[in-house]
Amino acid sequence: MTRRAAVLALPWLWAALFLLLPLALVLKISFAEAQVSVPPYSDFFERLDGAIVGVKTTFANYQLLFSDSLYVRAYFSSSWIAFVSTLLTLLLGYPMAYAIARAPAQRRNLLLVLIILPFWTSFLVRIYAWMGLLRPTGIINTALQSLGMIDAPLQLLNTSGAVYLGIVYAYLPFMVLPLYARLEKLDGALLEAAADLGAKPWQVFLHVTLPLSLPGVLAGCLLVFIPAVGEFVIPDLLGGADTLMIGKVLWAEFFSNRDWPMSAAVTMVLLVVLVAPIMLFQALQPRTDQRP
Amino acid sequence: MQLRRPLPIVALAVKIGYEVMGFIVEGDTMIRRHFCLAVAACAALISVSVHAAEEKVLNLYIWSDYLAPDTIANFTKKTGIKVNVDVFDSSETLEAKLLAGKSGYDVVVPNGPILKRFIAADVLRTLDKSKLPHLNTQDPAITARAAGADAGNAHSIIYMWGTSGIGYNVAKVKAALGKDAPVDSWKLILDPANAAKLSKCKLYVFDAASDIFEFTLSYMGKDPHSTVAKDYEDAGALWQKVRPSITKFHNSEHISALANGDICVATGYSGDIFQARDRAEEAKKGVEIAYSIPQEGAVMWFDFMAIPKDAPHPDAAHAFLDYILMPEVIGPITNEVYYANANTKAKPFTEKEVLEDETVYPGPDMMKKLFPENTPAQDIERLRTRIWNRVKSGN
Repeated sequence: MTRRAAVLALPWLWAALFLLLPLALVLKISFAEAQVSVPPYSDFFERLDGAIVGVKTTFANYQLLFSDSLYVRAYFSSSWIAFVSTLLTLLLGYPMAYAIARAPAQRRNLLLVLIILPFWTSFLVRIYAWMGLLRPTGIINTALQSLGMIDAPLQLLNTSGAVYLGIVYAYLPFMVLPLYARLEKLDGALLEAAADLGAKPWQVFLHVTLPLSLPGVLAGCLLVFIPAVGEFVIPDLLGGADTLMIGKVLWAEFFSNRDWPMSAAVTMVLLVVLVAPIMLFQALQPRTDQRP
Repeated sequence: MQLRRPLPIVALAVKIGYEVMGFIVEGDTMIRRHFCLAVAACAALISVSVHAAEEKVLNLYIWSDYLAPDTIANFTKKTGIKVNVDVFDSSETLEAKLLAGKSGYDVVVPNGPILKRFIAADVLRTLDKSKLPHLNTQDPAITARAAGADAGNAHSIIYMWGTSGIGYNVAKVKAALGKDAPVDSWKLILDPANAAKLSKCKLYVFDAASDIFEFTLSYMGKDPHSTVAKDYEDAGALWQKVRPSITKFHNSEHISALANGDICVATGYSGDIFQARDRAEEAKKGVEIAYSIPQEGAVMWFDFMAIPKDAPHPDAAHAFLDYILMPEVIGPITNEVYYANANTKAKPFTEKEVLEDETVYPGPDMMKKLFPENTPAQDIERLRTRIWNRVKSGN
C-alpha cells in the first residue's frame, strides 16, 4: 500500500467505522420488535441450534410511523421550527460575519474569539442560564416589574418563542464562522471595480458580495438546520407543553416506552426524509469554491 | 471497570502499534520493535492495575442525593470496600443502561415496574440470603405490598418507599382558588374548572403515563390497574379537557420551578416535592411549598436495591445490601431524604418529626387507599402510551 492510499484510507475507515456501521446497526434494530430482554429487542437473525437460518424482520414500526399522526406532525413541526430558526440565524449572522470580515485586521481575531467564547461554557449550563433569565421570577421579568413596565410577569419560558431564541442563540456561531470564512476571502478589487462601473452600494452587495458568499450561506444554513431539526435539550428545557419536536418524541420512544426498534425507525425516517435530500442537494451543487 | 481478557487486548494493542509505526517510520524495524515493547508494557500495566483493584470495590448506581452524608464513608470504614457512586437523574437512564448489557454496576436502585422488567429480562442476580443476615428487618406488611414486583425478596431489598401526589404553593393556590381549595384531592387538577384557574399561576404535570393513568383511574372511581381499554380512553378524554391549562409536562423541572415560586401546582413524587419545599425554605423568599396525598388514593412507589447478573463484585454488593438493611444505617438515611424505609427496627434511629409526618408515614386510613405501581399487559401499556402522547401533543 502506498503512503497516499494509506492517508486516503484513513478518512474512509473513519466514516465506515463511526458513521456507516452505527447506521447499519440502527437500521437493523428498526426492523426488530421491542421485547423484555437484553438487549430489549428481538433478534434480527433466526437461529436454529446456534446456526443462522434466516432473518426475521417486521415493518410494523414503519407502518405505525406513518399511520399515527403524532410522528408526521412532529417531523413537520421540527422542520418548521428548524427552518424559521435557520432563517433568523442567517439574518442575524450575516451582518455579524460581514462586519467582522470588514473590521481592521488586528481587531478581527478579537471579534472571532468573542463569537467562539460561549463554547467555553457547557451548552447545558448556557440553556439553564436562559431559563434563569426567562422565568416568571427571573431577571427579565423582575427588572420589567420593578421598572413598572408590566404588572404581572410575562410568560417567556415554556413558549415556542423561547425555543426559537434558544436555537438561534446556541447555533449562531455555526452560521457566523462559515460566512466569515467566505466573506473574508472576498477580493476587494471586485467591489472597487463594481463601484467604478457605477454600481450603488446595495447593487454591489446584491450582485457581487451576496452571490460570492452563497457557498458560505449554504454551509451555515446546513450547519444550523440539520442539528436544529433533531434538537432535544432546547425544546425540553425552554419549550412548553405545546412544543412538539421529533427529538422529544425520540427520547420518549427510547426511554419512556423502551421501544428501541420504534426509536430506530424514527431515526431512519428522519435521516431519509430530511438529511438525505440536503446531502444530495449539496453534492449536486456546482463547485463554486474557486475564485472567479 | 473490569477487563476480562487482558492478554488479547495487550496483543491487539501491540499489533495496532506495530502497524501504525509502520506507516510513520517505514522500514525501520528497530524503532518499531522498541515502540511495540513500550505499548505492550503500558497495556500490561493497565490491565494488571485494573485486576488488582478488583477486590474491594463496589460500583453503586443510585439517584442523586439519596443517601445520608456518612452512609458510604461508614461502609468503607466497616468493610474496607471502596465505593464508586455514580448517579442517574431518571429511571429511564438506569433502565436503558442495564438493558443494553454489561453496565459494570454492582448495586442498582430500580423502582417497582423497572425491577419487574429487569427480572423478566433476566438481568438480575438471585440474592444469596445466607449473606444477608439482616434481611429479617424488612417489614412484612410493606414487602407484601411490593410483592407484585419481586415476591419474597428473591432479587431485591426494599430501600425506600413513598407516594406520588400533589405539590403546591400554599399562597398562590389560595389566591387562585380561595381558602377552600381542594388541595387534598385530585379535583385540584382533574376538575377542568380548577385547572383553568390554576393555569394563570402555572401547572406542571409529571410526564409518566403509568403514574398519570393510575391516579386518574382511581379518581374516576375505577380500578387503578384496570384492564379495560375503555377506562383508559375515558381517562384520556378527561385529560384532554384539562390539557389546555397545563404549562409543561416534565419529570424534574417542577422541583426548581416550585421552589422558585414560578408555578403553583405540580404532580410529583413525595421526595421531589419535599426537596422543593426545603429549597424554598433555604432561599427565604417567602415561598411556602406543601405536599398532599389526595384522598382518592395515590400511587405507593418503591425503590429497591438489586444486584445485576454481571456485577463484577457480587460479594461486595451483598455486603452493601446487608449494611443498608441495618436499622442504624437506614434510619439516618430516612432522616436525610425524607422517604419512609421498610425496616421494622429503624424507629429508634429515625427522628420523631419524620415518623409523625403523615406525608412520609401515612396513617392507617390513607395506607388503605394507596396502591402500588403496576406494569400492565403490553397491549394496555401501548394503549396507555398512545393516549398519553395524544394528550401531550394536544389532539
